[in-house]
Amino acid sequence: MVETLLFVVMALVAIAGAALVVLARNPVYSALGLLGTLLSVAVLYVVQLAHMVAAVQVIVYAGAVLTLFLFVIMLIGVDKDEPSRDETLPFQRWIVGGVAAVIVLFAAGLTLFGDFDWVPAASSDVLPEATNGTIEAIAEPLFTDWVLAFEATALLLTIAAAGAIALAHYRRREG
Amino acid sequence: MGWVEWGVVVLRVLLVFVLLLGATIINVWAERKIVADMQSRIGPKRAGPWGILQTVADGLKLFFKESVTPRKVELGAYLLAPFLAVIPAFLIFMVIPFGAPFMIGDTEIALQGADLNAGLLFILAMSSMAVYAVVLAGWSSGSKYPLIGGVRATAQAISYEAAMGLAMVAVVMFTATQGPGGTLSLSEIVARQDGTWLGFIPQWNVFPQIVAFVIFMIAIVAETNRAPFDLVEAEQEIVGGFHTEYSGMRFAMFFLAEYINIFSMSALAATLFLGGWNGPTWEGTVPAFVSAILPTVWFLLKTYFIVFIFFWIRATLPRLRYDQLMSIGWKRLIPAALAWIVLSAISIGVRQFGLPWS
Repeated sequence: MVETLLFVVMALVAIAGAALVVLARNPVYSALGLLGTLLSVAVLYVVQLAHMVAAVQVIVYAGAVLTLFLFVIMLIGVDKDEPSRDETLPFQRWIVGGVAAVIVLFAAGLTLFGDFDWVPAASSDVLPEATNGTIEAIAEPLFTDWVLAFEATALLLTIAAAGAIALAHYRRREG
Repeated sequence: MGWVEWGVVVLRVLLVFVLLLGATIINVWAERKIVADMQSRIGPKRAGPWGILQTVADGLKLFFKESVTPRKVELGAYLLAPFLAVIPAFLIFMVIPFGAPFMIGDTEIALQGADLNAGLLFILAMSSMAVYAVVLAGWSSGSKYPLIGGVRATAQAISYEAAMGLAMVAVVMFTATQGPGGTLSLSEIVARQDGTWLGFIPQWNVFPQIVAFVIFMIAIVAETNRAPFDLVEAEQEIVGGFHTEYSGMRFAMFFLAEYINIFSMSALAATLFLGGWNGPTWEGTVPAFVSAILPTVWFLLKTYFIVFIFFWIRATLPRLRYDQLMSIGWKRLIPAALAWIVLSAISIGVRQFGLPWS
């Protein structure tokens, strides 16, 4: 009962946020819409008892990535009258919109009238296990079975960061 | 869940709410009194005994004042920002245990808003949400000084959050050696700081993790935008910073959020490093209700010790320059925290598995 209620509310908030992202004239409100979507999806994760995933969603996406978006938008500055109304993409928008509409209609038709399960529901005995140890459940395989992949990813990210710094410094010296 | 469980949850949330509001009333007054004392002034003394009702008077004044809305603000974000400041501030304290769990009948009642398995991550998430309020307030005010304050706030919060998180990592690593397996739950971290070393040193994380404690303290002062890291609202440079264009109740909400954040972060420091509510309860020698209430007293004493350090630092140190702020954050604190993590890991490894050549 509570779960259904939360799902309906949060799903509506997520959709409203996503709509705000594309519809808002002001990029700051687009970013805020994205924030709303990310947070409501995080709440949905909590409802599914995936506390770890929810926390990471908020820390990484809402906390770090989106803050940087806002930072850039604010630094570049927003001029509300600036974007000209001249259409630069005469027909591409219509094609993309049409394809998206067909896909959405197809999916909606499948869910409404299709009589097969593409995604079988999780059996009910999976959930209670996950209640009190999602972090342990993620950490255990990460540091035993997949430790090599984990370390390789870490190294890759470090290299990327170091590379970004090196590039920035290189440019500055040239200029 | 039945009605009783729901009632307990609602009561706990209300208790945290009231505790935070009460603590804020005390904190604002305490800061003014302490700083006044350090500067050889008298401080508030008219409202109530020792001026203790000063905050209530100020709050009422702000409540009845007109909230002026300047003409050039971006209205939506401008109205949203104060709420975005207050909500994470309240939520951070929700996962901090502020007393020993006690029994009513058969149900154990934990003095904690919610005991999350991912408690520390929740705190990190909420403290990273707090920056939105400052950024949005600064941007939506449509004025240059708030905007500068907002940009400073973003850079500062991102920089010092890293140091804060890394200091927490060292504590979590150490906590894992104190019991079966690692944990991010704050109630478990507190429970593992019970007991003593050598019979008289309390088993608090601050002793083995002193470097992490220092880094954490510096980082939380910066995270709450307090002096000497208050470049976000530096009066002499950018008027009031992000809240320049706010007045009345909207300003009061930013003010409230700042003091709640000070209290929550101090409580977090007390929980992670000073043993939380651990302390002697003298069970049996004192009346039962005294030993039931003592853990909360210890918790509040430790928290107020850290809050006092906040005020002390504010009265002592001059504000940093912006480039100094960045260089301390990135060139000193983060490398120091990383080095400390490696050192702790090595010492934990040696204690668990012996020297590598033995």
